[in-house]
Amino acid sequence: MTVPDELHYTREHEWVAIDRATASVGITDHAQGALGDVVYVSAPAAGSKVTAGEPCGEVESTKSVSDIYSPVDGEVAEVNPEIEDNPGLVNTDPYGAGWLFKVTLPQPDGALPAGLLSAAEYEELISDKA
Amino acid sequence: MTDPQLRRTPLTAVHERLGASLTGFAGWLMPLRYGSETAEHNAVRTAAGLFDLSHMGELAVTGPDAGAALDYALVGQPSALAPGRARYTMICAPDGGILDDLIVYRLSGEEFLVVANASNTAVVFDALEERISLNAKVADQTGDYALIALQGPNAAGILAPVTDADLAAVKYYASYPATVAGRPILLARTGYTGEDGFELFTRPQDAEPIWDALTAAGAGHGLVPAGLSARDTLRLEAGMPLYGNELGPDLTPFDAGLGRVVKLDKPGDFVGREALARRAEAAPRRELVGLAGRSRRVPRHGYEVLWDGTASGQVTSGAPSPTLGKPIAMAYVEPRVARAARQEQADGEQNRLAVDVRGSAEAADLVPLPFYRRPA
Repeated sequence: MTVPDELHYTREHEWVAIDRATASVGITDHAQGALGDVVYVSAPAAGSKVTAGEPCGEVESTKSVSDIYSPVDGEVAEVNPEIEDNPGLVNTDPYGAGWLFKVTLPQPDGALPAGLLSAAEYEELISDKA
Repeated sequence: MTDPQLRRTPLTAVHERLGASLTGFAGWLMPLRYGSETAEHNAVRTAAGLFDLSHMGELAVTGPDAGAALDYALVGQPSALAPGRARYTMICAPDGGILDDLIVYRLSGEEFLVVANASNTAVVFDALEERISLNAKVADQTGDYALIALQGPNAAGILAPVTDADLAAVKYYASYPATVAGRPILLARTGYTGEDGFELFTRPQDAEPIWDALTAAGAGHGLVPAGLSARDTLRLEAGMPLYGNELGPDLTPFDAGLGRVVKLDKPGDFVGREALARRAEAAPRRELVGLAGRSRRVPRHGYEVLWDGTASGQVTSGAPSPTLGKPIAMAYVEPRVARAARQEQADGEQNRLAVDVRGSAEAADLVPLPFYRRPA
């Protein structure tokens, strides 16, 4: 299970990459491994508001369905257009082509929401659970 | 790492070496999947899959009166089985509720092997012990067997070169003593996937060499190891009930559409006879139906079935079907709803049938069971 250093993480197994005023969001390698084959992603619609720590979508796999929790506050700028037809990208490339949506942050380079984990903290979280 | 209380099968170390995701299931540590469960599912439909089912319970019922004792304890008539034959049956409570569904193999005149679900092995053992008072006895032999299933259209081709059995002579629901890779097994042509295939009861110490021999034999035939996740979607597509989902103590075999397993015409009394005879005459309270979702959101166990927006039943099992490419589910619905939905479909009217998928009504179509039947 990979946990890239440059990303931040939620306790609910999302990752977030922040570049100026844009946050890209996906689910972690650990999460996709636990879910199994992803068959459908219901991401928040472009233009909708998301709130850090609140559910904003769902990931359906063969065995279960899980909520997606937004790691940040903001407005959804874009949903990964590939995910609709190819949800398996979440399994094969969770940190790359399997990204879920992008959020425009209220202010660029603002403080990170409280509660996000560093890579080291997230690795500790999943090693406790594994 | 994993719960040390979980029981390991003779093949757990093999699964660990294969990198399987292991999960607790009915007290056992079992492979959920080795890689992609969808790929495993598809391999079983188009080539073959290898399953470790050693968690299943094996209960031996033996003695001069073993057949008569099982006729009393179960709803079927095992005494009528010829040696070497097997039958799907059930064990019910006195009120007709299902305690478990079983496969009973008659190994010889005085020897039967009752295969129970892992979650119910203790319940079935206790019930058999209580019910068998004639010249027969029951023994829990779960630890004496490993159980390996080889399932899929290529199963016979893979097995043939490594067994002494004449597979063309091994009929469906029959079992034979045989050898695989020179080791003794009980070979049965049974399964839970909707495909042709075999189940191999082996001694625990032979499980790994046999698994390896089958893996080697399957190398050119698309054989892959397959986990519980694929097993569940395979049996769902094949319309096969699962205890805890379609079957349970508050349901009779008639509720599940499996009244045919209840042999009310067999001689002598059996546990549940009175209640089941009444149930056989009564109008059904609910009907087990197949549903196909129109959206990609998946109806799952416990979700409500809606008719015209009103709760009218409950999903028992649901999953995205790899073979059909859409969500499928089995559900118990009120018989009037099943009738009305069929009528509506025959008339080509607007669909009033839906499943409440976490607060949103997702349209579904009634479809005949099974969802999948293997090509003849």
